[in-house]
Amino acid sequence: MTAKKLGLKQRYAHMTRGLDWETTYQPMDKVFPYDTFEGIKIRDWSQWEDPFRLTMDAYWKFQAEKERKLYAVLDAFAQNNGQTNLSDGRYVNVVKLFLTGISPEEYQAHRGFAFAGRHLRGVGPRVAAQMQSLDELRHVQTQIHTISHYNKYFDGIGEFPHMHDRVWYLSVPKSFFDDARTAGPFEYMIAIGFAFEYLLTNLLFVPFMSGAAYNGDMSTVTFGFSAQSDESRHMTLGIEVIKFLLEQHPDNLPIVQKWVDKWFWRGHRMLGLVAMMMDYMLPKKVMSWKEAWDIYFTEAGGSLFQDLARYGLKVPKYADVATAEAEHISHQNWAVFYQYTHAAAFHTWMPDKEHLDWLSEKYPNTFDKYYRPRWEMWAQMEKDGKRFYNMALPQLCNTCQIPMAYTEPGDPTTIAFRESRFNGDTYHFCSDGCKDIFDGEPEKFAQSWLPVHQIFQGACGGPTVPDVLNWYRLNNGADNLDYVGSPDEKLWNQWMAGAVKAAG
Amino acid sequence: MSVTAITPDYQKHIEFRDLEKNFHGNRLVYVHWEEHLSFCSAIAFPLPGAMPFSAFVDEVIKPHYAAHPDAGNIDWAKVVWMIDGVKTMPDMSKSLEENGMRHKSLVRFWTPGLNGFKGSAS
Repeated sequence: MTAKKLGLKQRYAHMTRGLDWETTYQPMDKVFPYDTFEGIKIRDWSQWEDPFRLTMDAYWKFQAEKERKLYAVLDAFAQNNGQTNLSDGRYVNVVKLFLTGISPEEYQAHRGFAFAGRHLRGVGPRVAAQMQSLDELRHVQTQIHTISHYNKYFDGIGEFPHMHDRVWYLSVPKSFFDDARTAGPFEYMIAIGFAFEYLLTNLLFVPFMSGAAYNGDMSTVTFGFSAQSDESRHMTLGIEVIKFLLEQHPDNLPIVQKWVDKWFWRGHRMLGLVAMMMDYMLPKKVMSWKEAWDIYFTEAGGSLFQDLARYGLKVPKYADVATAEAEHISHQNWAVFYQYTHAAAFHTWMPDKEHLDWLSEKYPNTFDKYYRPRWEMWAQMEKDGKRFYNMALPQLCNTCQIPMAYTEPGDPTTIAFRESRFNGDTYHFCSDGCKDIFDGEPEKFAQSWLPVHQIFQGACGGPTVPDVLNWYRLNNGADNLDYVGSPDEKLWNQWMAGAVKAAG
Repeated sequence: MSVTAITPDYQKHIEFRDLEKNFHGNRLVYVHWEEHLSFCSAIAFPLPGAMPFSAFVDEVIKPHYAAHPDAGNIDWAKVVWMIDGVKTMPDMSKSLEENGMRHKSLVRFWTPGLNGFKGSAS
């Protein structure tokens, strides 16, 4: 007689049986010290529904299969010199931004979910968080493998982990995750699981993966597909955690709302880098940042918050400000990198006329009035041999750590300045959103490691720009400055000339 | 204490990273030329509080904004100044400190008649 096969649900129950035992040698509160101090009240952990019911053995099998397919494509890409089929050599700078700005955060997410998986006492979220932790580790590894091929040819890639901890603009994503990981496990789950992986993830991954597809980067596209089934699990965990917390106790609502407000705004600020990538860095454009924001935040996020309204949860504070900013942030951010190109580990360039016309068309309300003149002025300066650089260091926002380049809501001609006093000192912010976050936890944000201030304190290799670049391990003259005139451009032009010659 | 922390004595462990004493005798000063957003944000400098305001203008502000085509046309006698949110007429012969500038003060200035490339605030 053969044994009867178990159904999926039975099998899952069997495999996870007893994972949530009550400890007897030590009190449960000592074994799980982190899941009470944030003030979240849980009545019944068993109410957590895990719709995937994925067991560890199935997880390994499934992931191993995906890895095999991914690495087959990566091998083929390398053997066929796939890098020569890109739309343009400029595109590689998108890959550089991804590897330096996003991949290290996959690793931070791995660490964060490992922590949540250890410290939440309910078995459902523990298993889900542990699997997500493994996913994130796999993502950072496959991203490094995918992009390592570009490292054979292009500058600015090889020192990405070192740069992550030091370079001024990489402190933006780094401090975002540092903030999440130094919070309690529930705030972490709302910050990364809900706000980032559920609410905003489409604004991160769709632009990068579609951008890759449009621009001939088949290796990154394949990585994106490989990660997609994980992402749907992550999104489910993100929505599950918020519903669970709101259903467990009414006292959780104000705490959760505060976190949603905070992490929406922090996420919005960080995604400004993606906005700039979409509008300025893709040689072949997918859609504008404003269009992406309208689809993935205004429409999709709108229906999500309608759904969550039954728990009393409101649309994040300043969502309206963020939507209004979708007209401006890509232009303001690319302007930052254009003038600080000497200190960036990727190349910048002046948008050409066709590109400016595309921006005028996509941003009819704002581009011609506020931003086109800026590019035309700088283009004229370039032509006159006076390419515009900003040779001073920028004032940074004490919360998001981005140069204070954002303008007043409703007035794109005036920088928004906000400040708070704490413990006898002044702290500056780029927006009401960032000021509110500081005011909610000034003890935490008074400790911000702000790159500009650290340079002045003598903590970054020396007082001059070359000293600091050296400390960043940024190869001055190759990794930084404009694409035009760079070793990257020279190599790309050689390849293209060779292709023309071969075609006769 | 506002922050929710698991450590009961969190406050004792705060590392205030940007105290004035960390800047080797200088204080942080931010300055911003209004309606000239080619300079994407205010710019930051570590300066001695005893520096005369005139030296701040001549040695710090002027050279760092010189790249802008409007820079040569500024009539410095007509510049409108704001220090930490208050419109004021700084005394050029007096120091930053005597002009009320503390650590992390923000100086904004307007140049009447000059509002960026083709009036676009760029």
